Amino acid sequence: MPRVFIPPQLRSLTNDLTEVDITGTNVRQVIDALDAKHPGIRSRLCEGDELKPGLTVAIGRRMGTLGLLEKVDENSEVHFLPAIGGG
Amino acid sequence: MATAEKKYKVIGTRPIRHDGVDKVTGRAKYGADLHLTGMLYGAILRSPHAHARIKSIDTSKAEALPGVRAVVTNADLPQIGSKIADLGEGMFNLQHISRIALACEKVTYKGHAVAAVAADNIHIAQEATALIEVDYEPLPHVMDVREAMRDDAPILHEDVRTEAFASATDEPGDQPTNIAKHFFHEKGNIEEGFSAAHLVLEREFTTATVHQGYIEPHNATALWNPDGQITVWTSTQGTFVVREQLSGLLQEPISKIKVVPMEIGGGFGGKIVAYLPPVAAILSKKSGRPVQLVMDRTEVLEATGPTPGSYMKVKIGVDSEGLITAADAYIAFEAGGFPGSPIPAASMTVFACYEIPNGRVNGYDVCVNKPATKAYRAPGATQAAFAVESVLDEIAEQLNIDPLELRLKNAAVEGTRRVDGVEFARIGMRETVEAIQQSDHWKSEIGDGARHIEGPAHYDDGNKRCGRGFAAGFWFNAGLKSAVTATVRTDGTVALLEGSTDIGGSRAGIAMQLAETLGITAEEVTPTVVDTDSIGYTDVTGGSRVTFATGWAAYEAALDIQRQMVKRAALIWDCNADDVCYEDGRIVGPADKSFTFGELAAQVHKTGEPIIGRGSSDHNTPGGAFAAHIVDVQVDLETGKVEILRFTAAQDVGTAIHPAYVEGQIQGAAVQGIGWALNEEYFFDDAGEMRNATFLDYRIPTCYDVPMIETILVEVPNPGHPYGVRGVGEVPIVPPPAAIANAIYAATGVRMPNLPISPPNLLHALLENK
Repeated sequence: MPRVFIPPQLRSLTNDLTEVDITGTNVRQVIDALDAKHPGIRSRLCEGDELKPGLTVAIGRRMGTLGLLEKVDENSEVHFLPAIGGG
Repeated sequence: MATAEKKYKVIGTRPIRHDGVDKVTGRAKYGADLHLTGMLYGAILRSPHAHARIKSIDTSKAEALPGVRAVVTNADLPQIGSKIADLGEGMFNLQHISRIALACEKVTYKGHAVAAVAADNIHIAQEATALIEVDYEPLPHVMDVREAMRDDAPILHEDVRTEAFASATDEPGDQPTNIAKHFFHEKGNIEEGFSAAHLVLEREFTTATVHQGYIEPHNATALWNPDGQITVWTSTQGTFVVREQLSGLLQEPISKIKVVPMEIGGGFGGKIVAYLPPVAAILSKKSGRPVQLVMDRTEVLEATGPTPGSYMKVKIGVDSEGLITAADAYIAFEAGGFPGSPIPAASMTVFACYEIPNGRVNGYDVCVNKPATKAYRAPGATQAAFAVESVLDEIAEQLNIDPLELRLKNAAVEGTRRVDGVEFARIGMRETVEAIQQSDHWKSEIGDGARHIEGPAHYDDGNKRCGRGFAAGFWFNAGLKSAVTATVRTDGTVALLEGSTDIGGSRAGIAMQLAETLGITAEEVTPTVVDTDSIGYTDVTGGSRVTFATGWAAYEAALDIQRQMVKRAALIWDCNADDVCYEDGRIVGPADKSFTFGELAAQVHKTGEPIIGRGSSDHNTPGGAFAAHIVDVQVDLETGKVEILRFTAAQDVGTAIHPAYVEGQIQGAAVQGIGWALNEEYFFDDAGEMRNATFLDYRIPTCYDVPMIETILVEVPNPGHPYGVRGVGEVPIVPPPAAIANAIYAATGVRMPNLPISPPNLLHALLENK
């Protein structure tokens, strides 16, 4: 099952759990499943049908490029991170 | 010196860059070189105050001046709400960009643009700006990040509340604050980690506002046609990013906007935001003629986006062997007049070089009355590394451990989980530090191989002391989107069109990857950077992404050409395409038939449609980059002047496509880091005015100030790229300030926790420590 690493600033919504195993084959499904288990998380991560501006997602060791459409597999780690830019 | 085994014919060689002749003869066309029929010249009126409310603006006298064709203020821009746009290389609030381009209601730094004039010539335009009457209500200003964080600090934006990462939008707001954002990362148990430490050091640091120092000022020429088409010519790091900003600010669809790239004289992250294009566009709309705006140096320094000054506190605990048990960082960045400093990146890079079992990072984005900060080469990482590498140097000394051994003991490796939670893929931190260990510089005495300077150049003598320092650094690198097309010409050459503006020799590197794939020479590829109507969407030239991403698109275009050439040969030979293959620049078929690339190209127009390869990329495997630097310095104890005797930069570069340009990126960034360390700062007076806003007084290093920067290219190919490319342009700016501070300590016994370590600052510290 994909494993979501809960950002520290959202752990108040997950009873302080730092990692949550959740079902889903893409980031959207993972967030929906996470929100079903820990209500309120979706509104912190999403704006409408997209990841909130300023957020990005890493799947395992690579950065996602497709936002909520990013695929995840059984062994994926899912990390929500601040979006950054280079120079 | 590359360490990878040579296996390519073009990659790894050093062809003359395709734009070289034009660049060295002055024929290359930069933004200010453009002249259009009927063009007007623009000038901008800027705020004399660091912080003030705009009560009214009267442009009537300016409009009445003969030769003035248009005057605009923010009222001439569509009023847009707060909207975050993903411009590929960072998130930008379009409302903020609109208000940076022309102030609305308030000015938040001295030099903030307030109004703009277009006139028959620049002199009339400048004279007209002096006739614009602005009624300001000056407000108290705040210039220091710690002061700006106080509850009683003057507030820049009444609507700013501290936003935590992924905060709820429906949370009740607190009082207005200058602390726009708070980022927090945590791993393990920080208290337990420090409890287990044998030695814990906590130190505070500050850095000053520093500019990217690109030689070419910002420029834009705009033509808003009566048919609604808007064309902008500009020197930019991203034509598509400028188009997106224009679309958002002008509320025009992107189909109505074309951005044409001119050659660019340096960017380093500072030429992503569109300061001038929207202003030039509305001046053109109002006047009915093309309008050109070019900043002067003072405007560049006062009113574009430097990198933030900072206050940092870093605490690191180690066991008796030097293994890190815990690390804690507090980082507050000066965002400037609008939120949006690179604090997220600083928070994620600060401990990235090392295995941190228990870690915590608090990062703050804080508004102050300085120009709104923007990206500068590995944005945020240099400040963070200055703090961490200084503390590690002190730990190494206290434990009597070699500083490189300390880094190697704790080096991040594949699988290391950062404090932000993500694991590293294949990386080269260890290899980079080991390359320094094995370097001639590290093995030689201070002074051996040093450049000659006057006097007893490399001896400790009387009032001069020498020392050596080391530091490491990390940067992420980006992938993002790129597109190219490549047309086969009948003379056997290829015309390559791409959208990545060239700020570091990238068009050569991209052409070389296409050439390698096709089995032709780099000289047989003609790369051209084209406008936004002529190529598919291409993200900004930044984030060390272009050789990786646009190079990959060129590789895909070359494969597309191969497929078409195979089919064409099969048609000519009247055989099955499955019996034809492309090998090493030749198309080989049955019965020993073959064509060279050139031979088949000559027949293309006689045998069917043109052969045009198409390639695009959106890959997210750029790999992180590590750098390790050592520096030998000589300190004059009487003046505080620091001379760089010798500087060696080792870096994990993946595959060096064009080694000379990789070396050039490393050397250039190292020199910028040297300037950051030893002299560069925005010097503000009590009124919040920058007093050194020219290159005479904002002193960046020249070739006379630095030795040849020795480079060691550690080639650990990136498994996530067809040619193993890893971005190289940003990380080499990260270690120099820390390496130099550590060298100065070795020379003098004085730690310098504040940048810059300029002669007066160092002299004061030396005298205090006497």
